[in-house]
Amino acid sequence: MNISRTHSHKHPYALGIDVGSTTVKAVILDQNNQLVYSSYQRHFSKVRETIATQLQQIAGAYPGISFPVCITGSAGLGLANSAKLPFVQEVHAAFVAVNQRYPDADAVIELGGEDAKIIFLTGGVEQRMNGTCAGGTGAFIDQMATLLNVTADQLDEMSLKAEKTYPIASRCGVFAKSDIQPLLNQGARREDIAASIFQAVVDQTVSGLAQGRTIEGKVLFLGGPLSFLEGLRRAFVKTLHLDPGNAVFPEDGRTFVAYGCALSAMNQNEVYSIDTLIEKISGAVSENNVLADPPLFSYQEEYDRFRERHASHDVKRGDYRTYEGKAFLGIDAGSTTTKMVVISEDRTLLYEYYTTNKGQPLDCITVALADFYAKKSPGLVIAGSAVTGYGEELLKAGLGIDHGIVETVAHFKAASFFCPEVDFIMDIGGQDIKCFKIKNGAIDSIMLNEACSSGCGSFIQTFAMALGYDIAEFAQLGLFAERPVDLGSRCTVFMNSSVKQAQKDGATVADISAGLSGSIIKNAVYKVIRARSPEELGQHIVVQGGTFLNDAVLRCFEREMGRDVIRPAISGLMGAFGAALYAQEKCSGESTLIDAEALKQFSYTSQAAACKGCTAHCSLNIVRFAGGGRFISGNRCERGAGIQPKDILPNLYDRKLEMILSYDQNEQPLSPIATVGLPLALHYYDQMPLWATFFKKLGFQVKFSESSTRETYYKGQSTIPSDTVCYPAKLTHGHIESLLSQGVDFIFYPCMSYTLDEGESDNHFNCPVVAYYPELLMANNEKLSCKNFLYPFLDLNRRKHVVHVLHEYFGAYASKKAIAAALEAGFAALDKHRAQIAAEGQEIIRSARAAGKPIIVLAGRPYHIDPEINHGIHKLIASLGMAVITEDSVAALAHTPKLNALNQWVYHSRMYRAAEYVTTQPDMQLIQLVSFGCGIDAITTDEVRRILEEKGKLYTQLKIDEINNLGAAKIRLRSLAAAMDA
Amino acid sequence: MAYAEFTVPMRKTHTILVPNMLPIHFRLLISIFKQFGYNMKLLESTSRTVVEEGLKNVHNDTCYPALLVVGQFMEALKSGEYDPDRTALLITQTGGGCRASNYIHLLRRCVNQQFPQVPVISLNFAGLEKSSGFQLTAPLLLKLVYGVLYGDMLMFLHNQCRPYELNKGDSQKVVDAWQERLEKMFAEGGYRSTKKIYREMLEDFAAIPRSKKKKIRVGIIGEIYVKYSPLANNQLEDFLIQEDCEPLVPMLLEFILYCAANSDTNGKLYQYHDLKTTAFRIGYKYLHAKQLEMIRCIEEHGEFHAPHDFDDLRAAADKYICQGVSMGEGWMITAEMAVLAETGTENIICTQPFGCLPNHIVAKGMARAIKNAYPNANIVAIDYDPGATRVNQENRIKLMLANAKMAAKQ
Repeated sequence: MNISRTHSHKHPYALGIDVGSTTVKAVILDQNNQLVYSSYQRHFSKVRETIATQLQQIAGAYPGISFPVCITGSAGLGLANSAKLPFVQEVHAAFVAVNQRYPDADAVIELGGEDAKIIFLTGGVEQRMNGTCAGGTGAFIDQMATLLNVTADQLDEMSLKAEKTYPIASRCGVFAKSDIQPLLNQGARREDIAASIFQAVVDQTVSGLAQGRTIEGKVLFLGGPLSFLEGLRRAFVKTLHLDPGNAVFPEDGRTFVAYGCALSAMNQNEVYSIDTLIEKISGAVSENNVLADPPLFSYQEEYDRFRERHASHDVKRGDYRTYEGKAFLGIDAGSTTTKMVVISEDRTLLYEYYTTNKGQPLDCITVALADFYAKKSPGLVIAGSAVTGYGEELLKAGLGIDHGIVETVAHFKAASFFCPEVDFIMDIGGQDIKCFKIKNGAIDSIMLNEACSSGCGSFIQTFAMALGYDIAEFAQLGLFAERPVDLGSRCTVFMNSSVKQAQKDGATVADISAGLSGSIIKNAVYKVIRARSPEELGQHIVVQGGTFLNDAVLRCFEREMGRDVIRPAISGLMGAFGAALYAQEKCSGESTLIDAEALKQFSYTSQAAACKGCTAHCSLNIVRFAGGGRFISGNRCERGAGIQPKDILPNLYDRKLEMILSYDQNEQPLSPIATVGLPLALHYYDQMPLWATFFKKLGFQVKFSESSTRETYYKGQSTIPSDTVCYPAKLTHGHIESLLSQGVDFIFYPCMSYTLDEGESDNHFNCPVVAYYPELLMANNEKLSCKNFLYPFLDLNRRKHVVHVLHEYFGAYASKKAIAAALEAGFAALDKHRAQIAAEGQEIIRSARAAGKPIIVLAGRPYHIDPEINHGIHKLIASLGMAVITEDSVAALAHTPKLNALNQWVYHSRMYRAAEYVTTQPDMQLIQLVSFGCGIDAITTDEVRRILEEKGKLYTQLKIDEINNLGAAKIRLRSLAAAMDA
Repeated sequence: MAYAEFTVPMRKTHTILVPNMLPIHFRLLISIFKQFGYNMKLLESTSRTVVEEGLKNVHNDTCYPALLVVGQFMEALKSGEYDPDRTALLITQTGGGCRASNYIHLLRRCVNQQFPQVPVISLNFAGLEKSSGFQLTAPLLLKLVYGVLYGDMLMFLHNQCRPYELNKGDSQKVVDAWQERLEKMFAEGGYRSTKKIYREMLEDFAAIPRSKKKKIRVGIIGEIYVKYSPLANNQLEDFLIQEDCEPLVPMLLEFILYCAANSDTNGKLYQYHDLKTTAFRIGYKYLHAKQLEMIRCIEEHGEFHAPHDFDDLRAAADKYICQGVSMGEGWMITAEMAVLAETGTENIICTQPFGCLPNHIVAKGMARAIKNAYPNANIVAIDYDPGATRVNQENRIKLMLANAKMAAKQ
């Protein structure tokens, strides 16, 4: 298409206005399509006002001129509709602009405030935008910069000094955040983190947007972030392997879409004076479809009464500068804030400290502690100390703190102080929601938010800052909002777009503030607690955590629950307070806490390294303290931390993997007739013995794909068409690449609607993804053909048919009889394998019982033994002194209990039986592993929980994805261990 | 867990609530059920409470259709409009490897906790669950088939007239008039004269004064509930008409043919024969003949675009994906993309619930193959979910439409 064709009635000027999620851009072209004016301004959600300001400036520069006009941009759509002005879709506007200015470009990547777009120009024009679930945009970079307490520009500068990058989940901003936060807390170099953030954005674009199409040739980069951020540009150029001449960053990259929009305006017939435009835009009434809740408080007295009621839950206060005697120190090194308290023997609060830790808890605490030591009364003696939270291990190692305590236990201790009969605690911090039920004086069940809805507390903060408010001020605004917006209860990325829409529909900042508070509560109640009525939670509810200091959030919670709850006045300090109580409880007289003198000399350095303990090659971060001693983080097992593996119980996850891998080495034919490649992925983790044996018996050499690592994922990343499929499926793409590079003659990967019937379920399906993934691979990997990729449809329960189909495929190599015999040998090997799993499971149970250790059934799917999928969770469990066995090792020991679900997937049905078995074993607990995006587990988790809880067992669920940080899992597991001890 | 069963005496006393997936079809089907002694009522609520009840009552990661259907039921039960002692719920159950076969359990779980006396009836053809009071007898089934056929015809013609009608509401009037006539025919007889009825329908729609301006035709395919239900897809058909397009929604009969064909396919793939494969093969032949008859009538009349032959769909599937991919809407989604692109409807919206498992394979997973085969295919996949905002969805559809308009100009 050629836009530059001369029009018969060409306008002297044309105006394009690009209204994005965060900025407004205006561009004027002359009749030769030359850019004569452009402006760029952040709108802080005051869209109409900002446009009006810009238009007035244009009126000043071009008095009396009327323009043809077009509006574009994500926030421009509704505006153009209601102002009755022409609209052009923004990706299309970019397309028009590229055709005009860079007709030889092959692809365009544009990152905006909240959108990411890609246009392929050659080899079939294709234009794509990010789906509704995606981070990796300007807003994400802003959010990450906020997390590091720098501006986006500073982040950029830092990234240029990076030495290495850490893998950071790239699918969703929230995931990435939960990867970054712990890195910060563990003292990783901020420069490296900055570079890792940009790399995550690049990965997101390559995997999420390109979806299987290669980005190559001349690539044009557009949008605000890409014109500001050098580090981001470099990361793109490097990852896409672009020659310098092929990576084009137009000078006007940030107004480029507005330019395309102005080009489109040139084709419009109607012209408008600036006054008319201002009038139309200012007067644009949006259709009022904001869903509003009633105000939180209707009048001041109502609010006063509310405040008074909550003020009654307070502690006694004293002064550390005058107090004499024993005192106890508690620290809560949370994800975004650090808290420290000192209490006296009668539990008077002597000292409190609360700060956002800017990602450096160790620095914060050394400063606070020095200040405390300097001012405290000489007679005050610290007799014990304890630390909890993300930074627990680092602080404990660095500052000689006596005890570490699990967050959940710390919160429980603090809550019982205010309400001894407490039976439900809910804590909303910066990044976590933690809820737990208390039964018989012990934590009974724990509910944590999954990675996808985390970031709730800090979300309000980031949002407040984006709108130019301080958090306290922002929260206050919401209290008397007239029409709090209903923003739904999904993850923050979704909330972002809900907020956008509400603003467009005329909601005020106050309405949005109140709406966000409501969302946090709805998230907690519907997503985390999943409660239907307040009675389910308990009679005595204590809420705490910094987020509940926000009265609007508290009010929303009481309203949603329909009852009054207790919010202690020190709501934000509860973790630290609980830790101090714990220190007092455990006090043995002397504290090992670093003293004032040593503190003055205290310093540390941090350094990155890769662990060589095993094949996992964990990324280690080594912090060395000046006074000697070091702290290593990032390791999954004890090995990396330099601890010798003694007393570590054998672990069926590792054993099962070894057993599968042994089929790669054993009994290969001496003179093979051909080489077959079998991917170590999905159902092969269940059936490998069958197929490896089958092919070897026929005389094939069998090659497995490599053992999964993050690298495997990257290898296949560019052929993944659906960015929301589960991680085990995504990894499969890398395994195919691995086999192709090994030069196998063909890959054998059958499609199977059904798996082997184990006779204990209503049907015996595989899940749709496991069943048909080969079809998807074939359609998305150009290197695969019907010659090198064989994917017959098989039903293993019908052996005659299997032999028949296999003969069709391999008749050239072997007779039908030989194939039938090889298949029988395969099934025999599979039976033997299964029997061995069961036997080794029994052996582990026996040895654990002999050693008096509890046993955990880590219940997942067969492919969860892949170390890149489970991220070493089994090792973490083992390091807590528990033996680990698999669901399939005990499934056969019980029958399926009565279910409220259609039990038709075999892998999942094993979990029901394993859960049933666990209920009969006093020293066993079950932990369910769930892969993010596994829709079937939305059904099984509720059932497994019910089976366990009805018989008095604890239910623990660990949700895993590409995130390889085990922080949240650790809290859960340690809480479980604490609950088992109780 | 024990749950209330729908018994024979309940036919007299109970109102059976039905979620509305396809407004035109379901009205007809309900009138047929009424003649067989079932008092049914369509749930039409689209209020925000539906989503809220859904969020409260089912697992948050459950797919959107389940959430809406359960939400709609719970809202109705709590509204006070229906006496829980005289109300039952009807839900479909396909029995495939997709999690949709579990909706009934999700529903029953929350109904049991709050309204234990309310029976939940499974409507399935896979022999999964039976209620003594609810029986799909042969005469009932036969009439339902006719209901689906006429519903498809009305929907298909309605979508071809509505964007072009000169007097707003004309097409709807024809639909309404036919709904009434058909209800009467189902009660009093005459409904079997398909050809005659089709022709009359075609003439009635052809008589509507319409503009001759050619509009861009956009195919809506995808997961069955989201594809059809205006509640789930944010009134997608209306939006497209507003955008000056003509929506094309494939017929419900196709889904039924798909289910029947799969049984036959599986028999062939896995080499077995049983009563079920035979029954489904006969059913397929009968229904397919009915489809061909409808297509012929439309083609003979000449004024309207006819739906594609289901056998063409199967043939198209074979080029890209095995018909053994049979969970959810399975291969049919891939085939529909291909056939639409082949027959000139290159602009396609593929609707799906966020995180839909089969669609990873058959929709997003096959888009590339389709795009390679039909470079002009202009496909956008839209996810539906309680958190996805309409503005986001519409912006993506607008991008697809901008491409469509550009292609149309060339």
